[in-house]
Amino acid sequence: MQVARVVGNVVATRKDVRLHGATLLILQPLTAAGRTSGRSIVGVDAAGAGVGEEVVVVRGREASLPFAPRVVPTDATVVGIVDPRTRAARR
Amino acid sequence: MLLAKVVGTVVATRKDERLVGHKLLLVHPVDPHGKPSGAPIVAVDTVDAGSGETVLIVSGSSARMAADLADTPVDAAIVGVVDSAALEE
Repeated sequence: MQVARVVGNVVATRKDVRLHGATLLILQPLTAAGRTSGRSIVGVDAAGAGVGEEVVVVRGREASLPFAPRVVPTDATVVGIVDPRTRAARR
Repeated sequence: MLLAKVVGTVVATRKDERLVGHKLLLVHPVDPHGKPSGAPIVAVDTVDAGSGETVLIVSGSSARMAADLADTPVDAAIVGVVDSAALEE
């Protein structure tokens, strides 16, 4: 998994029926120090994350597991929200 | 997933039989501002996307979870047409 910041969201009315109801978030991967690292990606939210929060993102096939047994075609899913105290301890 | 812009179609008469009947589009990944980033890829269209539209691409084996693609040799599928991609800065 990797750490990323939620920096926005995506709205897509026409989409695979199995993504209906999914919240699509724009995620910016971060370095250990909390700086931007690489391109942003779009992921499905499974943790109730909001814009500005630091989150844990699972990639690949495992990204569909939080929704099992439902089949959700995603390759990036937010599975956790980083505790704010952890972020403070890193600095 | 990635945001990408549909830039063309790929026609391949000779191909794996499991790809027959699937529409292959050439898409160029873009950043949330719409700026192209990286190399174009070929993705199977499952939502009837049109040229010039910004779409959502799922990659890897998760692409086979998209409509009708269970045993199809694909690693990228279009799973949505983007209405808006908004950054909150």
